[in-house]
Amino acid sequence: MDNLFAIAINGIFVKNFLLVQFLGLCSFLGVSKETKSAAGMSAAVMFVMILASTAAFLIFTYLLQPLGLTFLTTISFIIIIAALVQLVEFIIRKHSPPLYRSLGIYLPLITTNCAILGVVVLNVRLEYGFLQSVFYGFTAGIGYTMVMLLMSAIRERVNVLDVPASVQGLPHAFFITTLLSMAFVNFFGVIPT
Amino acid sequence: MAEMTIKGEYIRGIIKENPIFALVLGLCPTLAVTTSVENALGMSGAALFVLLGSNIMVSALRKQIPPITRLPMFIIIICTFVTIIDMVMEAYTPPLYKALGIFIPLIVVNCIIIGRAEAYANRNTVKFSIVDAFGIGTGFLLVLVLIGIIRELLGTGMIVLFGYHLISIPINPATFMILPGGAFMTIGVLMALVNYGRIRKLREV
Repeated sequence: MDNLFAIAINGIFVKNFLLVQFLGLCSFLGVSKETKSAAGMSAAVMFVMILASTAAFLIFTYLLQPLGLTFLTTISFIIIIAALVQLVEFIIRKHSPPLYRSLGIYLPLITTNCAILGVVVLNVRLEYGFLQSVFYGFTAGIGYTMVMLLMSAIRERVNVLDVPASVQGLPHAFFITTLLSMAFVNFFGVIPT
Repeated sequence: MAEMTIKGEYIRGIIKENPIFALVLGLCPTLAVTTSVENALGMSGAALFVLLGSNIMVSALRKQIPPITRLPMFIIIICTFVTIIDMVMEAYTPPLYKALGIFIPLIVVNCIIIGRAEAYANRNTVKFSIVDAFGIGTGFLLVLVLIGIIRELLGTGMIVLFGYHLISIPINPATFMILPGGAFMTIGVLMALVNYGRIRKLREV
């Protein structure tokens, strides 16, 4: 069992979801063109990650495991995430219209974001307890946010560079990600495994 | 689409609508599991199975599924096949299952599969949906194996497939290639090459 500090360092740096584990790359490349939308997307992802890891832990431990229904894990997690995203959308629209206007368009995208399903499945695979699951969801969200903001800040600035036509767009974004990822790989030795 | 032929539909999935380079879908598993050719083959095999299953089911049921609930239905169909392949691989190929890790359950949220269900299987007959699944699956497999070959060869200096040494080259292995950074660089270079070819073709026309 890992302690919370180790989970935090793992979630944010050593096993960063975007740069080391390759989870949630579609949204990463799609939404990181400007800082504002990157911040909106990351806030939505972090929020749903925390809620999803809480709900998934409760359902897995108190419903699926005692009844021997663990073969339904994947399908129930997807349904939990989809339902949560809908719920969050309703609540935000009702209570905070300004927040809804800034987050709204990103919420439906989150259902098929593999970072969310990834954190939930990892919680089960690593056999985390309740507090650890929720905390892992939270720190993975922080790691995601950090990289999204870094990447969008870089992309906003390199937009004005004159690169060959064939490298423009996605290949260029991949090269930037390579450098970021190399920096994060240096964190590998931080926690002795 | 004027005339659909089986061969034409198959080739289209490999080249014109290649899931990685043309449609840019399903990047996460493409980068994560291509540390070796063996993992790349395992992943694309699993994805092909799920794609085939979901395309057959969706196209067979396309007249029964009400349009308004189609996405949840697609997800449930896909989930079923993912659970099947997940359990089969856990039982029969434990090392591969361990190497692919959470990316087997994550096939559920792979945009390629739900994209094909929505854009193709929902509108075409079972026969062509099977061809489409094989075409797109082959396109995915070829890209994964290509990236796997590049990364494994440069990263370890040899290619080991199911316990056999296929090729080994006398270089100093660059560990960077099998680290995450190597994956991003490989796909960046490949995509730039594809774009280069495309731009040159446009200029000729």
